[in-house]
Amino acid sequence: MNQNTNSAPLVEFQNIYKIYQTGDVEVRALDGVSFSIYKGEFVAIIGQSGSGKSTCMNIIGCLDVPTEGTYLLNGDDVSRLTDDEQAEIRNKTLGFIFQQYNLLPKLTNLDNVKLPLLYKGLRESEQEELAMDALRRVGVLDKAYHKPSQLSGGQQQRISIARALAGSPSIILADEPTGALDSKTSKEVIDFLIELNKQGNTIILITHDNTIAARAKRVIRVHDGRIIFDGMAMEDEIIKSTLSAHIKKEAEE
Amino acid sequence: MKFSKTIELAIASIRSNKMRSFLTMLGIIIGVAAVIILVSVMDGITGQVSDVFEGFGTNNITVSITSRGSTRRVEPDNLYELIDENSHLFLYCSPKVTATVNIKSPNSSETSYASVTGIDETYDEIDLLSTTQGRFLQFVDIEKMLKVCVIGTYYEQEYYDRGKAVGQKIKLNGDPYTIIGVLEEQSDSSEGSADQCIYIPYTLASKLSRNASIGSYVVSMKDSNRIEEAKAVLEMKLTEILGSSDFYNITATQEILDEMNSIMDTLKGALILIAGISLLVGGIGIMNIMLVSVTERTKEIGIRKSLGAKKKHIMQQFVIEAATVSGIGGLLGILLGGLVAYVIGIIMSITVIPSVSAVIVAFSVSVGIGIIFGYLPAKNAATLNPIDALRFE
Repeated sequence: MNQNTNSAPLVEFQNIYKIYQTGDVEVRALDGVSFSIYKGEFVAIIGQSGSGKSTCMNIIGCLDVPTEGTYLLNGDDVSRLTDDEQAEIRNKTLGFIFQQYNLLPKLTNLDNVKLPLLYKGLRESEQEELAMDALRRVGVLDKAYHKPSQLSGGQQQRISIARALAGSPSIILADEPTGALDSKTSKEVIDFLIELNKQGNTIILITHDNTIAARAKRVIRVHDGRIIFDGMAMEDEIIKSTLSAHIKKEAEE
Repeated sequence: MKFSKTIELAIASIRSNKMRSFLTMLGIIIGVAAVIILVSVMDGITGQVSDVFEGFGTNNITVSITSRGSTRRVEPDNLYELIDENSHLFLYCSPKVTATVNIKSPNSSETSYASVTGIDETYDEIDLLSTTQGRFLQFVDIEKMLKVCVIGTYYEQEYYDRGKAVGQKIKLNGDPYTIIGVLEEQSDSSEGSADQCIYIPYTLASKLSRNASIGSYVVSMKDSNRIEEAKAVLEMKLTEILGSSDFYNITATQEILDEMNSIMDTLKGALILIAGISLLVGGIGIMNIMLVSVTERTKEIGIRKSLGAKKKHIMQQFVIEAATVSGIGGLLGILLGGLVAYVIGIIMSITVIPSVSAVIVAFSVSVGIGIIFGYLPAKNAATLNPIDALRFE
């Protein structure tokens, strides 16, 4: 299942609970979740809306803390950090790719990519250099001085990937990165993520789409706050049936 | 986060909301302009009044005798002696008798009224007068009661060709007086200004005034810091002569000036306070708009936080933005205030110079207001939960 089982995991969830109290009703968004992700993996966390996959992502992304359980990131317990400590972890260890790209419309693409580097406290020249390098890697260097609104959805998503890459984070966390894109562009984005993974980046993909998840090496399927499957993508029953249905449909056409 | 970059972003954000930013700034603009106008105009008025007083000589003490008709009187010699005895305190002393006379223009048969001032030969030193033509009164003129006079530039320009007045005769109450000197222009030679003056020997003036005794004296001090001592010496002597301290008044020009300055300062303070209220209202306006701005930009804050912005980064961004809005408002207010003060200066014909300190204070206060009133909205922004902020549409 894991290539590097002998080394320490990058992400380790130890019996994580996230419980929301809404009035008298107790909602268990995560109900005792444990898993480990190692360096160099490409993992898809899949589940329907309300399954707990977003909560999972928020905790992995240090945007939220678990109610109970321990989250080790790079071996450090990050489950009880203050807001500013979380911010620092997000800045140095994580790169986010969002469904809606989440680029700041008033800034140029270059300035958008520079943002995490700026918060890192790098000098202007270093920021510029790293940002330009990231833009080159995702192939939109020529759009550096444009505003995000001047680009297509696919290009905007590339800018946001560049932003995630710029600070060389340990983990790239992609939350439904293809949700707002057409199938052709979606494929390009996923191809690019696979390419990044081949270059050694650890990628965690959050999605509800089985065909997207199928392209990851490993799949963690979440349902009602629990993990119902964790293994090779091709061994997941739902993915298998989805793919065969897909193939059948294509054959019929 | 880099300071210049933050200001750049703040300006970009102001520009993208021009109308709103301007309306937000308006409170600050009006407040700052009001402060600048008030300070400049009040300083202008104070300066002008001070100039007038300084024209009288700030080292002078005026003695007014109110016991007219009583058996006791103060003779010039009484005071001359006093001055001589206290030469460490006093420089000069002159009687000052004013009388209204009718004056006849040499060129026409028209007559008008004029105020003449009777003084002695030291008065030019006391009131800091100097002649540009001819000479001032001399001891012999006083002693011999010669019908001579020194005139201000108003009469010179009104009645004579320039430079031709000295040696001419002017009729005061029908008596011809020889003009022996013309004074240096003190104001602008216009009617009612300090240049409309005629000085004659006091010995003659007291006759023209139809008062048997001399009603007032002007004494100049050696050192204006010893004003209390000088007044005490005068009081002692005058009380001795007149028998009571009720029969005279002593006023020092410096004291009047000080009192006036303090009244002006109080007035200025009160007016600035009122203008300050408008700055306060402006500050509240900024706070209001910043709160709106934080709500509108919740998503942006969420994105920035997800990328690793700490509380201080977000705080900084919004505080600097508020300070930039109010700072620009302050600059516009200074410009507007300076302009209006300048126009008022022209209309009131006073010298209005916006003081550098007022400009610096106004600018600092407006930036300070931005920081203070930007703090709460910035704090709100900084403490937003990144997940909720990211989800915000």
